[in-house]
Amino acid sequence: MGGVFSKKRALALWAAGLFLVLGLPFIINTYMTLLMTEIMIMGIFALSFNLLFGYTGLLSFGHAAFFGIGGYITAFLMIHDFPSMPLAILVGSLVATLAAVVVGYFSVKLDEIYFAILTLGFGMMFYTLAHQWRSVTGGSDGLTGLVLPSLGAGFLSVNISTPKSFYYVVACLFVFTVAILLRIVRSSFGLVLMSIRENKERTAFTGIDIRAYRLASFVISGLFAGMAGGLFAIFDRMASPSMLHWTASAEPVLMTVLGGAHVFLGPVVGAVIFFLVEYMITKFTDIWMIFLGAILIPLVIFFPEGVLGTILAKWGKKQHIKGEEGARGEHS
Amino acid sequence: MNFLNGVSLGMLLFLISIGLTIIFGVLGVLNFAHGSLYMLGAYFCFQAVSLYQNFWVAMILSPFIVAVVGGIIEMSLLRPVYGRDVSFQLLLTFGVLLVLDDAVRLIWGSGYHIVDPPEALNGIVHVYGFTYPVYSLFILFIGPLIGLGLWGFFRLTLWGKKIRAASMDREMAAGVGINVNRLFTGVFMFGAWLAGIGGTLAAPLRAIGPSMGEKIIIESFIVVVIGGLGSFPGAFVGAMVLGVINAYGAQYLPKATMALPYILLAIILLTKPRGLLSREA
Repeated sequence: MGGVFSKKRALALWAAGLFLVLGLPFIINTYMTLLMTEIMIMGIFALSFNLLFGYTGLLSFGHAAFFGIGGYITAFLMIHDFPSMPLAILVGSLVATLAAVVVGYFSVKLDEIYFAILTLGFGMMFYTLAHQWRSVTGGSDGLTGLVLPSLGAGFLSVNISTPKSFYYVVACLFVFTVAILLRIVRSSFGLVLMSIRENKERTAFTGIDIRAYRLASFVISGLFAGMAGGLFAIFDRMASPSMLHWTASAEPVLMTVLGGAHVFLGPVVGAVIFFLVEYMITKFTDIWMIFLGAILIPLVIFFPEGVLGTILAKWGKKQHIKGEEGARGEHS
Repeated sequence: MNFLNGVSLGMLLFLISIGLTIIFGVLGVLNFAHGSLYMLGAYFCFQAVSLYQNFWVAMILSPFIVAVVGGIIEMSLLRPVYGRDVSFQLLLTFGVLLVLDDAVRLIWGSGYHIVDPPEALNGIVHVYGFTYPVYSLFILFIGPLIGLGLWGFFRLTLWGKKIRAASMDREMAAGVGINVNRLFTGVFMFGAWLAGIGGTLAAPLRAIGPSMGEKIIIESFIVVVIGGLGSFPGAFVGAMVLGVINAYGAQYLPKATMALPYILLAIILLTKPRGLLSREA
């Protein structure tokens, strides 16, 4: 993205984006506010997934493990009268991070489909754990009945159980995630990840410890997935085993491919498309995955860079031509 | 008793996994939609039985139609993406899975359906003092029968040899005059046919519902990984191991049964990533 925009324009775009995110609840109704909240939560999830897939070149089919762990821990703490919601989400994210260290340690040894299947296997282990350990996880019913305390900040206490205020909690964390992950992928660390994606052997020859970098990427990814899970548990007022199922792991994959894996905000655009398609189609019928599949298939065949990726590439070309004309103009 | 149950479950898994592993071995595509083809087999069986009141007709028709569906998928969707990254092929077949699963919901509804075993096999026998459904014994026989047929096909016929050649080296096979495109379509249809017959045979055993593909695909992933992706005898060993684990686990470790296959999967992938039967570490 960096190459397409001048610094000034990029700044203006970010400001516009921030303004849109913060101003949206004033112009849309409650239902849409809830929908946007969900989109941002899943956007965080998909962004975290894409650090691994789009940037490091590892397709994880078990990412719901960390999403679910974050969700379960957060829900568990909140049900057992944990005093603070932000702290519960933080603890949830940290436990998910810990799980990512363990799962990642083993998984990053493998490549491509072997990596995909191993992560899927690990994810399903957590799923069965949540399913079977009734006394703690509530079995197939999950953990229900989350009550939200007010978010205390000194003398100010904010009631976050209204859709609008929770929207802002999520929006803050969403902006935070975007900023941190953007910083990461634009750093030299991010460059190493991308070079691992492009050519593992050559990167190894330069003396870089591939496994360590992959693991680091995996763990960071697990952290944000856990945070998204914690937010989702609060959003849904429950944590259920379906959060850990492999079909839940497929959701960030779908969003990322829809939006584009090689542009930073691709997964977010994918999340928007995903939920808008769901929103529009579930008005008429519950069977909407068929439409998603029908969008996904031609996308994979004809536009492997996704919606945002394809648009930016086209736009970039235009900009490029314009830029050349401009340069010529200056010379004459 | 448990052992017999495990083995007959393993036979079904074997039929599905063998198709998955052949497709992977030759085409290099891990077919996420394979479980959906199995599900289609079961639904077509249900449809054919309710139309013709005859299970044997269903057993001929249903796998054949599934094979045709498979052929259409291969020619129209997979062919453009062979050159691409493996992950993208996985995603494409995942898209196919979404479409097929929901198409089934649209056509037959979200509820469960039941198919009765054919008249001749609808009973129980006594084996060493245990009662055992005849239909399960039938599966115990037909599984190895199809397995042997496949083995003969791959070892003895020209087409079998061509397929093995193409799975070893695609370019070389094309170089010696094998029409790789047609071969790929044939192999995919064949794999789909196997999934279809697996689904047809499973129809009288299990409730037919839209989520049956989702479950079996993960199980057959585990099977082919345990045995080694692309390996023919591996699929047999993997299927038997998984079938027996499922049957015995339910008796001795009821709580852990669900997790056992995944733990096994992780151990195999980490110690012998190319499968149990591979020679290299």
